[in-house]
Amino acid sequence: MNPIYLDNNATTRVAPEVLEAMLPYLREFYGNPSSMHTFGGQVGRKVRGAREQVAGLINAAPEEIIFTSCGTESDNTAIRSALATNPGKRHIVTTRVEHPAVLSLGARLAQEGYRVTEIPVDAEGCLNMARYAKSLTPDTAIVSVMWANNETGVIFPVEEMAAQARNRGILFHTDAVQAVGKIPIDMKNSSIDMLSLSGHKLHAPKGVGALYVRKGTRYSPFLIGGHQEKGRRGGTENVPSIIALGLACELAAQKMTRENTYVKFLRDKLEDSLLEKVPRCRVNGDRTNRLPNTSNISFEFVEGEAILLRLDEYAICASSGSACTSGSLQPSHVLRAMGVPFTMAHGSIRFSLSIYNTEQEIDTVIDTLPGIIENLRALSPYWEVGDAICARVE
Amino acid sequence: MWEYTDKVKEHFLNPRNVGEVENPDGAATVGSLACGDALKLTFKLDEAGRIVDARFKTFGCASAIASASALTEMIKGMTVEEAAKITNQDIANFLGGLPEEKMHCSVMGREALEAAIAHYRGEPAPTEEGKIICECFGVTEEEIARVVRENNLRTIEEVTNYTKAGGGCGGCHEAIQEIIDRVRGEAKEIIRPKLSNIQKIKMIEETIDREIRPTLQMDGGDLELIDVVGNRVLVATRGACASCAASHLTMKQVVEAKLRELVWPELEVEEVSQ
Ligand code: FES
Repeated sequence: MNPIYLDNNATTRVAPEVLEAMLPYLREFYGNPSSMHTFGGQVGRKVRGAREQVAGLINAAPEEIIFTSCGTESDNTAIRSALATNPGKRHIVTTRVEHPAVLSLGARLAQEGYRVTEIPVDAEGCLNMARYAKSLTPDTAIVSVMWANNETGVIFPVEEMAAQARNRGILFHTDAVQAVGKIPIDMKNSSIDMLSLSGHKLHAPKGVGALYVRKGTRYSPFLIGGHQEKGRRGGTENVPSIIALGLACELAAQKMTRENTYVKFLRDKLEDSLLEKVPRCRVNGDRTNRLPNTSNISFEFVEGEAILLRLDEYAICASSGSACTSGSLQPSHVLRAMGVPFTMAHGSIRFSLSIYNTEQEIDTVIDTLPGIIENLRALSPYWEVGDAICARVE
Repeated sequence: MWEYTDKVKEHFLNPRNVGEVENPDGAATVGSLACGDALKLTFKLDEAGRIVDARFKTFGCASAIASASALTEMIKGMTVEEAAKITNQDIANFLGGLPEEKMHCSVMGREALEAAIAHYRGEPAPTEEGKIICECFGVTEEEIARVVRENNLRTIEEVTNYTKAGGGCGGCHEAIQEIIDRVRGEAKEIIRPKLSNIQKIKMIEETIDREIRPTLQMDGGDLELIDVVGNRVLVATRGACASCAASHLTMKQVVEAKLRELVWPELEVEEVSQ
């Protein structure tokens, strides 16, 4: 059975045309782009083409693109570079709802003696902008704020934040892995200094990413090695995946409208139908400022892992912010930062769609999930014939 | 994704004995919404004092639901005294094992059972007493000491897997470590330092006969002591145990824990095929 794949913020399928484009570079064109011979040189040309394609998607110059191995590497590179090039500054500003790639790095830097400020969010998952303005100090080396949140899809006002940082001479980095390809990004008219993106979130394979570094930004490499990427990232290029990332970016630019019409329509249909059919559920996160493909819904008094594994019986793939699935014993840090009540947080399910989903798939989920929730609630000691036993809920 | 046994999956997808017994003889709810899982257990006795009906309601993940379902199946037909002997390891074994990180689901089952039995006997629920060590998950000193003892736990991480204690802010880690050290220290003190090899083998044999074989035989399995080399206890499984691959790990843990507790703290159990 083909899965109904609604977990595209975790990873995406490789677009068939992307796979075709990369295969020759695993088979016959295995040359090293740094080589002097024609056999390697032709590969180097393809890598240049890919760089142009990636730059095109975010309206940047090709020289501003550095290929990396993943979004996490891009994030680490950007933040470490800002600290290395601003040795006098010991303060970092980020948010409470960042991806672990930034959050864990922040924790590590705190151990190394840096001061880290995490901007809180409100119940809708939106950043507290007053707190942000106050957090910027002469000691601040870098601000790192994600463009869109991976769990809720909430979009942050990074342009406005970057402008504020620039006014104070502070570097601004954004982890845009969830935003690139889903919403328009224009680096030529932006105050953002560095931007991370990841291949496998936009229908390229896993293991490739890129870091945009604005021309003129002081930079210090993370991986020290050969002269690849103009000495900005050592290590032989992952040629097939870079070629794949290039084409995936070109396709994403072409399909951006579809993302914001067709995919958004499917997401809205799924969300509205579930809200209508299932009692006591709600959407987590600001519904207006949101990626078109993401919906995070909490079903009260049921646990997320149980929902996911029942969905799995129908080959429906989603993810959850419940404790049992977060790899810790507490619900997702994003939902906790938003102050989502425990009754809701443990039963949160994230659906993230892509252009490959069909309306028929969405209808199947709409037909299947309400029964699963009802069934699990029948097992729950907090639920009795159609509603919660509120007296027992602490 | 968790590696659940087929039996866990089966009990999760088709849970047995869902609901509440009317006019129960014993009833208890443990866990909470905040912690992410809760279990309400009710049972009824017949005139002979055997559990004729047991039902559960669970809020929680797949293994919490499966553990509760398994528990109700296990206690049906038992006397209260028999049921009171069920350990969390028994529940996990019934399901062919649980992932380490999910052992707390089996502990929740045992807690609910104990609390329901206490309710039946008119005693206070055991878990409600004692000093809270982990504020994040409301776990008491006694509860931690007990799982450390019964499951032979050595690290904070294991305690977290079995009780959730320590899985939140981490503020209680030091206190948990102290409990682990104390309990493991106690276990050593009980042992008289001079134990000849002959005495050791005798005690191992007695312990296996008295504490381990009866439970295994209930499930159609058996265990034989092959040899003792230094602190290595070589055993062989028989009957149902021998063919059930999933049970081997847990069997080793159970036997080892018992032998370490009652005979010698440094014993290592090894399974040989003979
Ligand atoms: S007090 Fe135990 S984890 Fe917070």
